[in-house]
Amino acid sequence: MRKIKKIKTIKDLEQLIHSQVQARKSEKKPVLTVSAGTCGQARGSLQVIKSLEKAIKEENLEDKVKIKVTGCHGFCEAEPNIIVQPQNIFYQKVQPKDAKDITSQTIINNKVIDQLLFTDLATGKKVSNEKNIPFYKKQKRIILGDNTLIDPTDMNDYLSIGGYRSLIKALSGMTQEEIIETVKQSGLRGRGGAGFPTGYKWEFARKTKGDTKYIICNADEGDPGAYMDRSLLEGNPHRVLEGMIIGAYAIGAGEGYIYVRDEYPLAVEHISLAISQAEEMGLLGKNILGTNFNFELHITKGAGAFVCGEETALIASVEGRVGEPRQRPPFPAVKGLWGKPTNINNVETWANIPLIIEKGPQGLSRIGTNGSKGTKIFSLVGKINNTGLVEVPMGISLREIIFDIGGGIPGGKDFKAVQTGGPSGGCIPKEMLDLPVDYESLTKAGSIMGSGGMIVMDENTCMVDVAKYFLNFLRDESCGKCISCREGTQRMWEIVTDITEGKGSRGDLEFLEALAKTTRDASLCGLGQTAANPVLSTIRHFRDEYEAHIKDKKCPAGVCKELIQYSIIEENCTGCLACLKVCPQEAISGELKKVHVLDQSKCIKCAACYEACNFDAIKIE
Amino acid sequence: MEAEELTVKKHIKKYSNEKKALISILQDIQEEYNYLPQEALKIVSRTLGVPLIDIIGVATFYRAFSLEPRGKHLITVCLGTACHVRGGPKILEEFERKLNIEAGQTSKDGQFSLETVACLGCCAIGPVVVVDGNYHAQTTIRKVGSILKKHLKKD
Repeated sequence: MRKIKKIKTIKDLEQLIHSQVQARKSEKKPVLTVSAGTCGQARGSLQVIKSLEKAIKEENLEDKVKIKVTGCHGFCEAEPNIIVQPQNIFYQKVQPKDAKDITSQTIINNKVIDQLLFTDLATGKKVSNEKNIPFYKKQKRIILGDNTLIDPTDMNDYLSIGGYRSLIKALSGMTQEEIIETVKQSGLRGRGGAGFPTGYKWEFARKTKGDTKYIICNADEGDPGAYMDRSLLEGNPHRVLEGMIIGAYAIGAGEGYIYVRDEYPLAVEHISLAISQAEEMGLLGKNILGTNFNFELHITKGAGAFVCGEETALIASVEGRVGEPRQRPPFPAVKGLWGKPTNINNVETWANIPLIIEKGPQGLSRIGTNGSKGTKIFSLVGKINNTGLVEVPMGISLREIIFDIGGGIPGGKDFKAVQTGGPSGGCIPKEMLDLPVDYESLTKAGSIMGSGGMIVMDENTCMVDVAKYFLNFLRDESCGKCISCREGTQRMWEIVTDITEGKGSRGDLEFLEALAKTTRDASLCGLGQTAANPVLSTIRHFRDEYEAHIKDKKCPAGVCKELIQYSIIEENCTGCLACLKVCPQEAISGELKKVHVLDQSKCIKCAACYEACNFDAIKIE
Repeated sequence: MEAEELTVKKHIKKYSNEKKALISILQDIQEEYNYLPQEALKIVSRTLGVPLIDIIGVATFYRAFSLEPRGKHLITVCLGTACHVRGGPKILEEFERKLNIEAGQTSKDGQFSLETVACLGCCAIGPVVVVDGNYHAQTTIRKVGSILKKHLKKD
């Protein structure tokens, strides 16, 4: 790593940014951009990078090609992927063995390798340019898009796309009030869950009297199925830092914390590196860029408690205590970390700030709906063809996200529901696919925006089982302080579990609804107040599925173990022994080329046979 | 493993003996010993001047901490929503059957500890299983046996 020179004045930073921007513009070498976020690495991108390096060395191209290792490009399904610049060729699912071809064909002979291209499922055609891939077409990647441009471990790379220019603008040309006013006017609302207007939150913290103030970045991304914050911290940490430094200046905070999940080792690594680089360069510390503004930043690692995403619990955890929420008011803006005025925003919210300062309020407010401005990053996961992180303008319909961007449901199955908002959210059914995605509409539908998890479910997903899943999660994560939440989530889980085991009885749903209301009304923090959403929304939209479990003792989706049976379809069974070999219970008997027999009394419904059968000969009903 | 006073104190000193760093100190101690030995917690209590009961409170509140020694290999099965709808629970059950333990326990031979996590954020490759930091993508029931063998072989 090159040594970073300390920058003492705003003018020096301007010059450095200018020279980095020029250097990027004059770069003529082809660049192989490899995505290597956690997902990419899990799929082998590090091995791909190694073989690329080797192939390039063998062709003596070391000075003529550049390999750029970036964070996540968002299209997780296509990992590991490579973008070849300047042509913008998008290669997907690249294997180490492909490195030779990429070097010899694409780099040397400027030839596109067809078999590495993405196939448009709708037309069956190969697509070479990243921009023409349906997954990217309808997105508006004003926050996430930079991930593909920069090496997150190289601060100069961030400068070369104009990074830290917003900080210059804020420090040299704007008063603190002007910054807050700009954020207010932009209409930015918190991206972490509740959607509180960010500018107003800043104003409260600024106006509270006190010499010591703090800001915190909430990177305790606990919603299962949401990972946009991780992707930003991994792929563009300086953008989050820039937003925080501007925020600290506007609010008058001298110290800040990033509270990050321990389950995200790469994010911790990259944000820690970014902080030390910013310190070396003088963008953090005393007299930043020659002004009298001082700001230092620390990292606190979470230790695996979902409730710590709630701001008062998070503060307790930063203070080294058990992460229990407390009554609000006083709000953290008045009494936060160590009793001092504190402003907490989530990662994605902070990442929006440089854009708003650079482009003015309209930079954000021109996008979106009346009440919800800008874009939102969603993680589109579950039973969906194009899994990945998608950044879309607020107000886009669920249908566009799931079918146009996401490419619909795999295996020709039917869409059943989409779950948004994590454990505090709800399930939205097929009939509501044209719902615009904004804070108000999602709340009206019985769900919430939340941090942006979007879990798609198909006909094989049991909605009662989904409700049970979230209740189990919540009863486990409830900190136990409020009896309504501690016992409410437990009791709701027990009732729903009974229903899934065929032990439900009439009146269960009404009782669940009453219990849900009490849990909501009598709990202190967001966890308890919203704990009933997954149950209430599934009862509201999928009552017939609950009734099938209760009255008919059947699980229509074929998920709930106690209500289903595995059997062998004789016409389809070829007698290949595959199921027989994998059955852990020796419940299947038979001989080669003869129809097999499944002994129900031994079957534990583990699904091993279903998975092993290549002839659709195992039936679940 | 017995916690040594010097080693534990070294971790506490890294944070200037500050009470607010309790969680970070416990994380470092756990990294050293693979769990939180009782003796170490007592040393932390004495050095920081925090009552032991508060330290135990923190150590039992957060999921990441273990008061029991853990196995040589740590298996984490992701049970996030995306992995759940793709069959994560069935994978967990297969590990439980194969290792003859339940989630949260360590196998009798001390080789494997089995844990669950509520989301690792690599939903595209679910169901995900992580063994000693190595990610296994799109796990199936049939892959469970070979995953276990692979990590035993590494020893």
